[in-house]
Amino acid sequence: MIQCAVLHITMLPPALRIALKLGRRRHRSSITSAAADAPSLRQSARTALPAAHFEPQRHYRHMQDGTLTIQDGKIIDPATGRNEVANLYVVDGKISSVQPPEGAPVISAEGLVVAPGLIDMHVHFREPGQTHKETIATGSQAAAAGGFTSVVCMPNTSPPTDDPSGVAWILDRARQTACINVFTAGAITRNLGGNEMAPIGSMVQAGIVAITDDGHCVQNHELMRRAVEYARMFDLAVLDHCQDYYLVGNGVVHEGHWSTILGLPGWPRAGEELMVMRNILLAELCGTRIHCQHLSSAGSVRLLRSARGRGVAITGELCPHHIALTDKTISSFDANYKMNPPLRAQEDIDALIEGVAEGTITILASDHAPHATFEKEVEFDQAPFGILGLETELAIFLTILLHREKAISLDQLIAMYTVNPAHLLRLRKGTLRPGADADITLIDPNREWVYEKEKSLSRSRNTPFDGKQFKGRAVRTIVAGKTVWELGTEG
Amino acid sequence: MKSSSAAITQTRNWSRKDLISIRELEIWELEHILDSAAAFKTVGSRDIKKVPALRGKTLVNFFVEPSTRTRTSFELAAFRLSADVVNISASTSSLQKGETLKDTALNLQALHADIIVLRHSSAGAPKFLSERLEASVINAGDGAHEHPTQALLDVFTIRERMGRIAGLNVAIVGDILFSRVARSNIWALKKLGAHVTLVGPSTLVPRSFESIGVSVVRRLDDVLETADVINLLRIQIERQRKEYFPSLNEYIRFFGLTKDRAEKLKPGCLIMHPGPINRGVELDSDLADGPRSVILDQVTNGLAVRMAVLYLCSTAGRKIR
Repeated sequence: MIQCAVLHITMLPPALRIALKLGRRRHRSSITSAAADAPSLRQSARTALPAAHFEPQRHYRHMQDGTLTIQDGKIIDPATGRNEVANLYVVDGKISSVQPPEGAPVISAEGLVVAPGLIDMHVHFREPGQTHKETIATGSQAAAAGGFTSVVCMPNTSPPTDDPSGVAWILDRARQTACINVFTAGAITRNLGGNEMAPIGSMVQAGIVAITDDGHCVQNHELMRRAVEYARMFDLAVLDHCQDYYLVGNGVVHEGHWSTILGLPGWPRAGEELMVMRNILLAELCGTRIHCQHLSSAGSVRLLRSARGRGVAITGELCPHHIALTDKTISSFDANYKMNPPLRAQEDIDALIEGVAEGTITILASDHAPHATFEKEVEFDQAPFGILGLETELAIFLTILLHREKAISLDQLIAMYTVNPAHLLRLRKGTLRPGADADITLIDPNREWVYEKEKSLSRSRNTPFDGKQFKGRAVRTIVAGKTVWELGTEG
Repeated sequence: MKSSSAAITQTRNWSRKDLISIRELEIWELEHILDSAAAFKTVGSRDIKKVPALRGKTLVNFFVEPSTRTRTSFELAAFRLSADVVNISASTSSLQKGETLKDTALNLQALHADIIVLRHSSAGAPKFLSERLEASVINAGDGAHEHPTQALLDVFTIRERMGRIAGLNVAIVGDILFSRVARSNIWALKKLGAHVTLVGPSTLVPRSFESIGVSVVRRLDDVLETADVINLLRIQIERQRKEYFPSLNEYIRFFGLTKDRAEKLKPGCLIMHPGPINRGVELDSDLADGPRSVILDQVTNGLAVRMAVLYLCSTAGRKIR
């Protein structure tokens, strides 16, 4: 396979060659003309990229690819509509329709759900640059412990992931240190500055799966329009952290009852909704998939519902904290309740859950945002935004969406973590179809447990969920047929 | 009313080592502070204005945000209680060098400070410290959150002049959104049974205040005839960006307490202001000096109220340790 790449590199334009060398990418076909129409250009980039990602991690490479039988579990694969108790076969790291040879390991999954490996398309692994908060290694371990086999890193690293060498560095680091599949998004604008377009095409060739300025939001609508239009050429989804800087100002908490009482600067719903509307209009104008990250307000759900109703290529994402907690929690002035967008009111929670139930919001993610304790332990308005998420998100969504609110079925919940993000990002992941990578999550949807932050595999401890009881969790995480995490007996 | 509250307080012990907000106080605690302040007020009129209540205690005036009147008031209150006082401001502290608030405070505690009086531009900073220190933490104003001793001296002054709080109509006028004085006053007045009406431009007095049980009106003229107390807040010209109202002239036209408007006030209506006054803006200059003004009484009473607060909180702190 590697030789194959070398052969092709000689056929490529020089800039592309550099990008490929940096990324040590395999490339099966070349981009011959910038004027090529979208599908073929997209095709060329895509056929090359996933293959590289899907390689097993380097330190596993000396081992044989996983071959095993997962016995008697309830297989739920929303991509194929499969929902039945059966055996799942894995041969050489791929899902197989044929039974493995005699003597291959057997895992009993009786009473468990066998799901495609979960995908969290919104995490911050802080590497490069802020490794005191998290690394690709520790972040991926936390992800595995939460049942995730694939994640998408946000580009607000230090320096920002805004060029192909940065992308290549992250993917290379991931191959060396991550126990799961680590994908990355690239920046929309250089230095996340909102002023000039980042080299999106080069980053596509280096292996990004989306673009976003997450943590920031491009305020210049014209620039955003051009970026969205440009991304279409690569069939690339644009992810947006929806925040109007003028309306939000120095806001740190939801503008409402509690900001009134506590005198903390308010972050109004309209600050998010305005940009959701902007994105709807641009998705309509340009025909590009735009994905609104971590929606927090009832109005955003309303806007999304009507846009999706008329077929606009717009999607929305929900984070666990936005339905688990209200802004009442900020009266503690504990910065572990400080996130962006902020925790809002009960009516927003109700609308978000309704949005999930009716299919307006189709993707679940964590916005896993590690910060060191000393960084969070400061005055509330000066603390950084964000909390850990990977190890608690599945449990929170199972507890609230499935058990408490009965808003969706387990099949739907799994779809929101597998086939839906995979489809948005064009990842060849998120299914248990024969031939697919054997990324598998075993879930016990009814297991009651208590989260203890001191046991977290993340490098940070910034969570408001310490000591909270949940119902449901992942119990084993399998990547390319190999178990990368398993719940210990103490859990 | 005084005697009944005294009877209640006799059976309860003050247990707070900190004073962070009025919102969290029980009614009896509020009354207990006011009753204690009345006792401490007599100290100020003696020849020797000093009692040994806090002798041997160290008080740190930690003012991260500038203030003259509140800091001086706390300092004098501490002197009258015989405490040793150190003043630290943002410019003289290691916060300038990037030390965190928590570390600065822990260092002060390591020097055996007993009471830390904190003024900070961030809402919640005193609560943050109080949860991490054994020393008493007194909130001397945190962002737009609370300024408890200002509210205590305001209600003390009202009670002293009117004999009661319950049933009074109190109007608070001006910049409510950014005012910690307003928030603490709202809680104190409501707990003690007053009717509170907020008056000001819609940009500075959002309707969301109605959800905490106060009335909001947009015309100062609507409250003049019914108000027993009118508390004018300082328009913080230095803080107000231009988008909150177009000009001072326009503000005065709608919300300034002018002589003409004052004609409509009840004869006994008290005029209050937490200072410093913008003469001729929120309040006509002559009215500020006139017979209905209790502005300087507020300052005097501030001392008594702060003596009471320092005394009560340091006592509770000692018991805990």
